[in-house]
Order: sequence, then C-alpha cells, then structure tokens
Amino acid sequence: MWKTIIRRILVMIPQLFVLSLLIFIMAKFMPGDPFTGMITPETDPARIEELREKAGFYDPWYQQYFTWITNAAQGDFGKSYTYKLPVSELIGDRALNTLWLALLSVFLLYLIAIPLGVLAGRYQNSFLDKTVVLYSFISYAIPVFVLSLIFLFFFGYQLQWFPTSGTVDIKYDTGSLGYLWSKIYHILLPAITFAVLGTTGVIQYLRTEVIDAKSQDYVRTARSKGIPINKVYSKHIFRNSLLPVAAFLGFTITGLLGGSIFIETIFGYPGMGQLFIQSITGRDYSVITALVMLYGFLTLLGSLLSDIIMSIVDPRIRID
Amino acid sequence: MNEQSGKLIIETELSASSPPTGLQVIAREFKKDKLAMFSLISLVIVIVGIYIWSYQIDQAEMMRVSLRDKFAPPGEKFFLGADQGGRDILGQLIIGAKNSLTIAIAITIITGAIGIIIGLVTGYFGGWIDNIFMRIIDFFITIPSLMIIIVFVTIVPKYNIPIFILILSVFLWPGIARLVRSKSLSEGSRDYINASKTMGTSDGVIIFKKMMPNLSSILIVEMTLSFAGNVGIETGLSFLGFGLPPSTPSLGTLVSYATNPLVLSEKWWIWLPASLLILFLMLAINYVGQAIRRSADAKQRLG
Repeated sequence: MWKTIIRRILVMIPQLFVLSLLIFIMAKFMPGDPFTGMITPETDPARIEELREKAGFYDPWYQQYFTWITNAAQGDFGKSYTYKLPVSELIGDRALNTLWLALLSVFLLYLIAIPLGVLAGRYQNSFLDKTVVLYSFISYAIPVFVLSLIFLFFFGYQLQWFPTSGTVDIKYDTGSLGYLWSKIYHILLPAITFAVLGTTGVIQYLRTEVIDAKSQDYVRTARSKGIPINKVYSKHIFRNSLLPVAAFLGFTITGLLGGSIFIETIFGYPGMGQLFIQSITGRDYSVITALVMLYGFLTLLGSLLSDIIMSIVDPRIRID
Repeated sequence: MNEQSGKLIIETELSASSPPTGLQVIAREFKKDKLAMFSLISLVIVIVGIYIWSYQIDQAEMMRVSLRDKFAPPGEKFFLGADQGGRDILGQLIIGAKNSLTIAIAITIITGAIGIIIGLVTGYFGGWIDNIFMRIIDFFITIPSLMIIIVFVTIVPKYNIPIFILILSVFLWPGIARLVRSKSLSEGSRDYINASKTMGTSDGVIIFKKMMPNLSSILIVEMTLSFAGNVGIETGLSFLGFGLPPSTPSLGTLVSYATNPLVLSEKWWIWLPASLLILFLMLAINYVGQAIRRSADAKQRLG
C-alpha cells in the first residue's frame, strides 16, 4: 500500500509543475505588473523602472519562473495591490472561512446522504426509494447558482429564516458563545445548499452498494444464524457499504472547491471563492495566481486522498 | 439518403428474426417511460419554439433603454415585466435562451468530435499513444478548470463568442475522451475486432466503421449529458460575468441580475423565469440522456 501511495504522490509532482508553468504563462499575459498599482502622478517613472529592474522584471523567463516558484513554495506570493496586504495573509483569513464552510457542508452532506442511501437500497423499488432516486436526480441536474439563488430567495428573503450575507453579526464579541452561534448561523444556508448538491454521488453509490450486499453470502450467513434483519443492516451491510463511500470524500472536496466560487459570491460569504471573483474584477493579479495555484494544489490533494482511501479500502486497486 | 432508406427496409424485413436495432430499443424505452417521453417532446417543442420565436424579435428595439419602464412588473405592456433599463424580460429570455443553446450545441459538437476521436484511437491502439494522451487527460481533469477558464476569459484580447467556445472546448474535451477511451479499450479486445484485424482490415476502418457503430448508444448518451453540462457551464460563467460578451444576452446574464439583493428579493420576474428555464432544460436533457443510457444497457431496460 505504501508503494501505491508514494507512487501516487510522485505522479502528482509533474502535474503540479505543469500547472505552475501554465499559471506562470497566464500571469505573464496579464496586463500590468506589481508596480502598476504604485504609480501615482508624483511617481518618478525612473524610480518604477529601477524597482522593476531590481525585482527581476527584465530577467529571462526561466529565471523569473524559478524565483516565483521558490517564493511561492515558501508561501510568499507577493503583495495584493488592492488590499495593500501580503497575499498569503489575505488568503489565510479567507481560507479559514472557506474551511469552516467546507467542514459544515461535508458534515451535512453525509448526514443527509447516508440514511437516504441506506434506506433507498434497503427498500428497493418502494415509494421511498423512488422519491430518493428522483431527489438525487434533481440535485444532480440543477446548476449550483440556480439552487443557491432559489434557496437564498425562499429561505433568506421570503421566509427570513437565515441571514442573506456575511459571516457574523457585528454585535457579538469575538469568542463569546453568541459569536460562535452567529457564525454557524451564517454558514448554515450556504452549507445546506452545498450539501444538497453534493449528495447525489454518495446516495447513488450507497444505494447500489446496499442492493448488491443484500444478495451476498455473508448476509445470508448472518440471517441464517438468526441475527435480526435490522441488526444485519446496521452492523453488517452498513459497515461494508460505508467504506467505499468514504472514498468519495476526496471528490467531494474537489466539488466543494469549484462550487465555492458560485456559493460564496451569491451568499456574500467572504471566503476564497469570493476573493477570487473580487480579484478578477479588481485585476489583482498576484492574488489570482496565488488562488489558482492553491486551488490546483487542493484539487490534486483531493484526488490523492480519494485514491489513497480507495487503495486502503479495496486492495485490488493499484495505481501504475 | 438512398442507402439509408434501403437499409431501413432491410432492417424492418429482418426485424421479425433479428434482435432490435439501437434506435428501436431507444424508441421502446421512451414508449415505456412516460416521463422520458414527456421530457423529450417538451424539450423539442421548447427548443424549436425558442429558435423560431427569436427570429420574430427585433433585438435592437428590445435592447433600447427606456427609463420610464424601469422595473415594470409583469402586465399588459411586458408579459414578464422589464429590467432595470426598462427592457422587455420575455424578449431577453428568448434571445438569451437561443444564444445559450447555440453555444452549448457548438461546444458539444466540438468537444464531442475531439473527445470521441481521441478516445476511440487511444483505446484501440493502447501503448504509448494511450499513455501520452492519458497523462494529458489526467492533467486536465485535476486542474481547477473553472478558475483557469475565468482567467483566460479576462486576459484574452479581442474577446468574442468564437473565442469563448474555443476556450471552453479546450477544457471540456478530456472528460468525454476519458469515458470513450475506457469503452473502446474493452471493445477493442472483443472477438469481432480481432477477427477484423486477422483479415487485414485497416485500423481506420475498424475504429470508425466497426467499433464506433457498436459504441454509438454510449456515445449518444455521453453527448446528451455533456450538452446538459455545457448549458450549465455557459450559463454559470455568464452568471458570474465571464461568459458571453455583454452585448449578447444569455440565460446566465438574466439570472445574474439577481446578484443585486433588491432584484433578488422583490423583482422576481427578472431572474426567476430564466432560472426556471435553465432548470427545465437541465432536468429534461438529463432525463432524456438517462433514458437512452438505460436502453443501452440490457440489464436496466424498462421496455
């Protein structure tokens, strides 16, 4: 198994390298440079020129790429010119927000998907099963932004159950219980939206796993030993079906990252996705390149995680 | 045309003795599944209706700003109300839907052609060709393509619709290629392919004349589902403001007015019809795709 994991990580390195090269080339095509933001009517053009010279603006591209990538590896992505902050500091705050959102979403996702998947598989072709299949079909087909807007419209504005933007009410002190609750309250609606959209894969997988397991020998053995049917489901089938579902975690993370751009923009949630759209509109290129690189790294990490869990769960799967 | 009709006659004559052909199986599946039939018929009516209606609309007249009709609610003058600039929502909906559908169709055709050819060839030959393309496909699948598409859209000079289609196609063919490859890989080891090889049939003929027809139902399913996906991606990008250029309304542009909280909470007629139309298109196309997929798999068929 270790061999598989190490091999999988080694495959990741060239992918990261090519991605970074692609981002570097894109960054070269972006108009302006980190000093454009500093230019004011009083700035001496010669001074800017001097700064450019010093920062290696006129070095050959491979040298620039090398400087950029070594700095990036140490977490130094330069300065954001709209926020006048180091990019790493700026992203750090936003990343924490996105992380909270992601954690709650994943929790809700499995909370919804596991019972639905198991029950639909157990009572196959029942009314419940058909409803679940229909639900997972709709949640698969609906685009992120349409569902987000409909949820925000109904639960946020019409019913006023949830706040419509932000992360926390300002009236609470940091660290108090009210602050924590207000924070969770703000994350709840976007997290539910995420969870509803992400359930499809887990439900369908779990449902087929349970249906397949029903005709397996170990289930028949358990039943003939006299174990009650409920216990067979909760102890035997459930455990065997859950392991492969765990492998979905990696894909869920990847899906979350892509969706965060839409969800955070719509729900006014200051995470990395919203920051990305803001930086694109504000042409804040050092932030853009850092975010694309980070998302790329996290996406790769997500698929790596999936493969590792898979190889633990099912030793037949080998990666060459 | 002649050859096709001749083929059809032979097929109908043989139908008593031979197993039903792909199209017949699909037709039977749709007869059995009422919801799929309904989806297909309503989808055809909506799409054809949008294209015909869009020619009746004077786009320049429609896009003229008239501040007196700002946020006019649905009524006699505007069936679905008006937007911030007093422009008719219904007209924008039809034109937007036409643009969105046209672009989705174009992307589906381009990515489908590239994906199918590369998938079939790599799956059939295997070896180093397969290896090289799989590395490329793996790379495309693991990068944050949505973000990179957005960056490309913003840095490309002279941005227009063909460039938008091109950018999306570059990032969307690998998904199709990967699926077609895995199917052609297993199809390639079948006896009839080996028999053709032994008889000395050229590789090109085997791939496109023998293997492709046998995979046709899977290819149709894949194209249908990717069409739905492309509608979603185009409207999503236009929603964020990185899709069609501002001069060309899309369904996503109409939905994007809802990012203004006032419009979202009170002027539902601006964004809700477009959202529901997107929802309808996605559900119907996906449902049709799944019905075809079922008919392609003998174990899941209803009919």
